[in-house]
Amino acid sequence: MQAVKYARAGSVEEAVSLLQDGGDGARPLAGGTDVIVQARERTRDIDLFVDIKHIPEVVGISHGDDGSLTIGAATPCYQIYGDETIAANYPILVDSTSLIGGTAIQGRASLGGNLCNSSPAADGIPSLIVLEAQVEIAGPNGRRTVAVEDFCTAPGRNVLGAGEFAISLHFPAPAEGSGARFLRFIPRNEMDIAVTNAATQLRLDGDGNVTWARVAIGAVAPTPLLVSAAADAIVGQPLSEETIAAAAAASSAAANPITDMRGSVRQRVHLAGVLTERTIRQAAERAA
Amino acid sequence: MVTAQSPETEKYNVIGTRPIRHDGVDKVTGAAQYGADISLPGMLAGRVLRSPHAHARIVSIDTSKAEALDGVLAVITNADFPRASDEVIDTGEGTAQLNWVLDNVIASDKVLYKGHAVAAVAATDHHIAEDAIELIEVEYDVLIPVLDVRDAMVDGSPLLHDSLHTGEMDGSKSDNPSNTASHLQFTKGDLDAGFADADVVIEREFETSMAHQGYIEPHNGTAYYRADGTLDVWTSTQGAFVVRDSVAPLLQLSPSQVKVTPMEIGGGFGGKIPVYLEPLAALLSQKTGRPVKLTMNREEVLLATGPTSGTYMRVRMGAKRDGTITAADVHLAFEAGAYPGSPVGAGAMCALAPYDIPNQRIDGYDVVVNKPKTAAYRAPGAPQSEFATESVLNELAEELGLDPLEMRLQNACVEGAQRADGFTYGVIGNVECLQAAQDSPHWQSELQGPNRGRGIAQGFWFNIGFESSAYAQVNGDGTVPLVLGSTDIGGTRASIAMQLAETLGISAEDVHPHVVDTNSVGYTQVTGGSRTTFAGGWAAYETAMDIRRQMEERAAQIWECDTSDVSYGDDAIIRGPQDEDGNDQQFTFKELAAQLVTSGGHIVGRADVNKTSSGPAFATHIVDVEVDPDTGKVDVLRYTAVQDAGTAIHPAYVEGQMQGGVSQGVGMALNEEYYYDESGDLKNASLLDYRMPTALDLPMIEPIIVEVPNPGHPYGVRGVGEVPIIPPAPAVRAAIANAIGVHMTELPMSPRAILDATVLEDE
Repeated sequence: MQAVKYARAGSVEEAVSLLQDGGDGARPLAGGTDVIVQARERTRDIDLFVDIKHIPEVVGISHGDDGSLTIGAATPCYQIYGDETIAANYPILVDSTSLIGGTAIQGRASLGGNLCNSSPAADGIPSLIVLEAQVEIAGPNGRRTVAVEDFCTAPGRNVLGAGEFAISLHFPAPAEGSGARFLRFIPRNEMDIAVTNAATQLRLDGDGNVTWARVAIGAVAPTPLLVSAAADAIVGQPLSEETIAAAAAASSAAANPITDMRGSVRQRVHLAGVLTERTIRQAAERAA
Repeated sequence: MVTAQSPETEKYNVIGTRPIRHDGVDKVTGAAQYGADISLPGMLAGRVLRSPHAHARIVSIDTSKAEALDGVLAVITNADFPRASDEVIDTGEGTAQLNWVLDNVIASDKVLYKGHAVAAVAATDHHIAEDAIELIEVEYDVLIPVLDVRDAMVDGSPLLHDSLHTGEMDGSKSDNPSNTASHLQFTKGDLDAGFADADVVIEREFETSMAHQGYIEPHNGTAYYRADGTLDVWTSTQGAFVVRDSVAPLLQLSPSQVKVTPMEIGGGFGGKIPVYLEPLAALLSQKTGRPVKLTMNREEVLLATGPTSGTYMRVRMGAKRDGTITAADVHLAFEAGAYPGSPVGAGAMCALAPYDIPNQRIDGYDVVVNKPKTAAYRAPGAPQSEFATESVLNELAEELGLDPLEMRLQNACVEGAQRADGFTYGVIGNVECLQAAQDSPHWQSELQGPNRGRGIAQGFWFNIGFESSAYAQVNGDGTVPLVLGSTDIGGTRASIAMQLAETLGISAEDVHPHVVDTNSVGYTQVTGGSRTTFAGGWAAYETAMDIRRQMEERAAQIWECDTSDVSYGDDAIIRGPQDEDGNDQQFTFKELAAQLVTSGGHIVGRADVNKTSSGPAFATHIVDVEVDPDTGKVDVLRYTAVQDAGTAIHPAYVEGQMQGGVSQGVGMALNEEYYYDESGDLKNASLLDYRMPTALDLPMIEPIIVEVPNPGHPYGVRGVGEVPIIPPAPAVRAAIANAIGVHMTELPMSPRAILDATVLEDE
């Protein structure tokens, strides 16, 4: 690791200006659980860390009167899964944030960081996608909002431009009858990275019909994927073995993974289906 | 935890109890000094440049830009070392040619694995050292890597060493150079007749991956070459004397010029026997005149230090319908890594060791490949070979419809049985372990639920003796500092001190064990081979007997009587003849200790033992697993490990060794592997992707200690550290087969491998 400059931003504007001045070697620093390791191992060229986690707007959780949710991008995982309203209304966020790293990492790591690190195997992103989360971005040209499924562009890459960083995540209020679940497959029981992961959110009406659904899968493509075909397979009818199997097959068909030390192509394609099936069943249990 | 002494150790005062370890406070408060904790005035930071290629010829190395960098004080390559001969040196758990030891420490004409050291620098801080190695320009002529042990053995395979010829047991060498360094064969009886006698014959092929010991403390080495030509080395090692006797010839120094101080060690399991950084630190210090410290990061540990061998194995075994095993044919091809010296010999001797099989043939091949040079790893060679044989034995039992435990009892070696390598057993606890397993609550329980299965396996390991040294002084307050040369990995300060205390009749707390440098104690072999409590304890016993003799002499001197009229009792009472008034004369240990200074001075006892005897260890393991058929994931539900410890000196540490061995064995069974791409790049050189089991991946491992005392030791000690790593893989394999009906043929039996063998088999 080389000597790195550190700057603590007090406001969004100051952070944008520091990032802009710092150029390609400047990176926002929240929990640092990815970027500090990347700097140390020289997998990213970083010469300036702009610490954003002391900016009030970038840290914290707020619940809107309409039931919506805003989470500051640098809010550590433990605060998210420790929030009673989130646990009640968005248990899928507890699924994700309590799986990222281990307990010590969860004291620092943030969902915004998980998103901006843009790993195909990120354990936060599929949940954000199925929750229809929007990420608010600040930059030299002001602010803009991007749907999470449009955020990642390639492994480790995303839509953030020069001087831009994520400031918060916005979640619509959960609709009546909705339930969501995130699962990942790892060879061990803890301290591991997803071979494949998946998230499902669905809504059931009073007759048990699936009225709306979103399915997302991870670690099976250059970016986490929203799989509309999987959702289409279950929407408009009650859940059945056939519709669930069709959704699983749609996820497997959408998966376009690589073989590496964490999993093979056919293992990941298969697991995309298995996890889709399991998240649908468990999301439905939560919806009921 | 059971705290009462076992029936076998009730006769002792100290042995069989569970005192708090002497080094415990330092360890839990963080005061203990590990290798990387050392800091010396003027110390430089070293860094190693490593090969990006698995197999390449080094065309040129240009260090000039690195040397010109401000803050760099020295840059070295292999050419800076004195030329090493092909003399064979003792490398702890084996021997090696000195020139190969040097070439593994730093490559000469070729790099032979990714991560092979090519150059090293010393600089004023580690940032500069990191920058400096990036300025070293190395031109490589990249060669085709040899990554599979079977490919390596084929005529026409690219050769790692042009000078390597296959050695046979009769001393002959192959005409043509080969990647097969040696071939050994053990035979017994008439193999063809044995198979002809069999009603059922099963043949299976197995492949196992290299696996790393996974010690948490990375390698380190600090050296200071002084102006008077003496060299100090501080390092985490299992054998300070082996480090001395490796570093000295590499730098052409006398052993008397080299002092090695073993620091506290954060795990070794055999992997901290070879030298890696110590010779580099020594030469960098020689060049700069300043102390130099080198440490590895985790990636370097996994890339460039010795794992255990990956293998290809084939076993054919035949049995009669009643379960009698009539013949076994075992073929073992072990990856040695870049230089000869896999543990195939030990693997071959262990392969069928628990069983009295009349007709056997065991062939072993030691094969070089473009992977890191293997090192000892807990029962080196046996987890592989016994995985293959135990697996086939389990399948035979299944095929014959026999209870696998009963079938083992039926064929078990007992006293007087002879292995194919010629060794004849003395008193062993093979049958006793099987019987204890049979009687265990686990074996007696019923396993219920879908996708669940139970498996068992047996394990054998030799254990060794060899040389250990000790001395101890009796202080006036009756306490006894005990000086040892054995690095304490598994609680051996305590287990050795307890044997001294037992012999003297004093408490374990009154003995104060210390591990010291190579100039401060007699020669002591490595902490390895499950030998330390055995041989170190024997040295402590003889040290104590030496003290007892001298205390008898001193008492006789005080009482002005013949020494022969004084006796040191096992109750630590020194009794003499009645005095002139007819009163009994006696001293307690402490009373006499208090009089030593005024009666002629302190007493020092000492001993150096070198024992070729040993007490073989057997183990029986039972495991229950549940397999997720959709993901291929195996969860270990319940585990019982039965093992003959001979005498369990400190039962808590015996249990700890058993549980630790099982943990590593389950790791090898389920997820630990070296994952190479076709260029020979190790893709999982981190503890994220090299998956050792975590605490959440294992149930509480239930230890059952069997005690069949070893008649070849004053206190009946056998080794305990190694044998528990052997049965887990075949036991888990049997449990998986019992759960889902699939017999796996590779290690690890990872989720990917299980899916490939089940739901994805036809794709």
